[in-house]
Amino acid sequence: MQHSVSIRDLSLNFGNVRVLENLNLDIAQGEFIVLLGPSGCGKSTLLNCIAGLLDVTDGQIFIGGKNVTWEEPKDRGIGMVFQSYALYPQMTVERNLSFGLRVAGMKKDEIEKRVARAAEILQIGPLLQRKPVELSGGQRQRVAIGRALVRDVDVFLFDEPLSNLDAKLRSDLRVEIKRLHQRLKNTMIYVTHDQIEALTLADRIAIMKNGVIQQLADPHTIYNRPVNLYVAGFIGSPSMNFIQGELKGGAQPTFVADDGTVITTGNYQFDEAPAASVKAVLGVRPEHIVIGEAAHAMPFSTDVEIEIVEPMGSDTLAWTKIAGHPVTFRCSSDTEIRVGQNLKAGFDTARGSIFNAETTNRV
Amino acid sequence: MTTEALSPSASRVVEGPRGAKPKRLTISRIGVYAFLVLAALFFLMPLWVMVVTSLKGMPEIQMRNLFAWPSELTFEPWIKAWDTACTGRDCNGLKPGFWNSIKITAVGTFFSIVIAAMNGYALSFWRYKGANILFGLLLFGAFVPYQVVIYPLILGFRQVGLFGTFPAIIIVHVIFGMPILTLLFRNFFVSLPPELFKAARVDGAGFWQIFFQIMLPMSVPITIVAVILQVTGIWNDFLFGTVFAGRENMPMTVQLNNIVQTTTGVREYNVHMAATILTAAVPLAVYFISGKWFVRGIAAGAVKG
Repeated sequence: MQHSVSIRDLSLNFGNVRVLENLNLDIAQGEFIVLLGPSGCGKSTLLNCIAGLLDVTDGQIFIGGKNVTWEEPKDRGIGMVFQSYALYPQMTVERNLSFGLRVAGMKKDEIEKRVARAAEILQIGPLLQRKPVELSGGQRQRVAIGRALVRDVDVFLFDEPLSNLDAKLRSDLRVEIKRLHQRLKNTMIYVTHDQIEALTLADRIAIMKNGVIQQLADPHTIYNRPVNLYVAGFIGSPSMNFIQGELKGGAQPTFVADDGTVITTGNYQFDEAPAASVKAVLGVRPEHIVIGEAAHAMPFSTDVEIEIVEPMGSDTLAWTKIAGHPVTFRCSSDTEIRVGQNLKAGFDTARGSIFNAETTNRV
Repeated sequence: MTTEALSPSASRVVEGPRGAKPKRLTISRIGVYAFLVLAALFFLMPLWVMVVTSLKGMPEIQMRNLFAWPSELTFEPWIKAWDTACTGRDCNGLKPGFWNSIKITAVGTFFSIVIAAMNGYALSFWRYKGANILFGLLLFGAFVPYQVVIYPLILGFRQVGLFGTFPAIIIVHVIFGMPILTLLFRNFFVSLPPELFKAARVDGAGFWQIFFQIMLPMSVPITIVAVILQVTGIWNDFLFGTVFAGRENMPMTVQLNNIVQTTTGVREYNVHMAATILTAAVPLAVYFISGKWFVRGIAAGAVKG
């Protein structure tokens, strides 16, 4: 199958600093890929390399089957949307949209047609004669998307496009980008540090750290079967609970927390069943911990004391300790729960994740 | 949780300070104003003397009432300074020098700003190899004393046959304006969001298209500052004008000097004063018209980057 974008052995150094290291990534036609990671992980740098705004130190980039490693940005068949919108301030919206086409020397009626189509898709028709300063943040970002749209490119690159918007606008535009993708079916590469954006938009998420892709998978797999401790801790809010301990090998491995609590692994699917005992970390998502009656039915349950209660509106977050480690769990906001209360809490290890403490990889 | 409304207890305002603190004229404030007025008068004194002297006839000047308003108002000295005063051998007044200065200032300002804007643009956006070294060298040029460069420049111009011509004086002004103007433009461009440049590149614009269609229209404020700097700088120049311009293109400052230095018979103080005010009028006007822009541009260009 032909990949829309392929990155082979890509490396980038700034002086002595390695920003990207031997990176490989294949993106299918029409796929929505999100590059997710903290600031400085190299995700924006990777996007700039794909766009051709940065010269790579080593490796190759293919777009639409063509080797574009040495091509100018305009010849790569990409459109890019920036966090700061980067609209040309002295031009009207219409001229902003048509700038690339005018530079390319396109015929006037064709330009008009394309601008009209983009304005229709993004609903910015009434704004065409305005200057960027007269637009709100959301409108500006729409125009920026429109600028990529008129160029009729195969691949859209988004560099944290929603980070400058307030929370409400952000979720509105998020849905709109998703709608746009469903309508256009272009390949989209989207950089963000916001995991909600990543989980909601992506076909596949690439989680990056220090210039290396940690895991590349669909949101469900990323969330439920993180490959290492880093991914497990990065994805999820509130983040995954970690319990340090030891994994006793054998036919039926058990997890022994470092205070001696024995937690059965039940139906946990091991990638590779440990032969000997290893230091390990058990990770459990807050929403997988249940309390009260339901806890008795779980393979593992224990008595806990509630330390802090945080009502979030839609649900309630509670802090407690399991096997000596601070643990948060999520329960319905209707649940009567108060500080100092003693109750039963339990979970099914099969829904959690176990990591080798030394390699930090999933076992 | 209680939902107690915060009832306004406006009916019970307590005596005491309320609202903005009243501003009173204190003794120290009067002292400050008095000092400021006196200082302003002190600095205005020479201008006053120049203006009144230029409006007097010679007999009245010889009566030595330096600060007095002329008893008999005359504009004769002004006309003479402009039209018939002798600068060395020619007696055409400041008129030719004024037009020479206009030409030199206009052409010199135009070319130095266009070149500096391109330099600044290339240095801040197209980070080619050695760009920083080049910028450092260019800045170093701002600290080279003129005296060191003048003689080699004379020799160089003589070699190519440009010495004492109009192009020579323009080239000199462009060269000497370059470091500071390039710094000005580079710092301005560095302060613009780099995404703008990236977006233009993705849109397919090249070096010149980005410069002329995106960057230049955005750099109006800094260009105004550069114009002010260059117009006043080139207009006030005396040294380069004397050395490089040649007899045909002597700027106004050189001719003013010649008028004042020419000693045949009586020293015509009123004509000298009028000539001086005429020569100073252009930079003064520039400052008055553009004072706001000047401060704004300097602040914008110098602090960042």
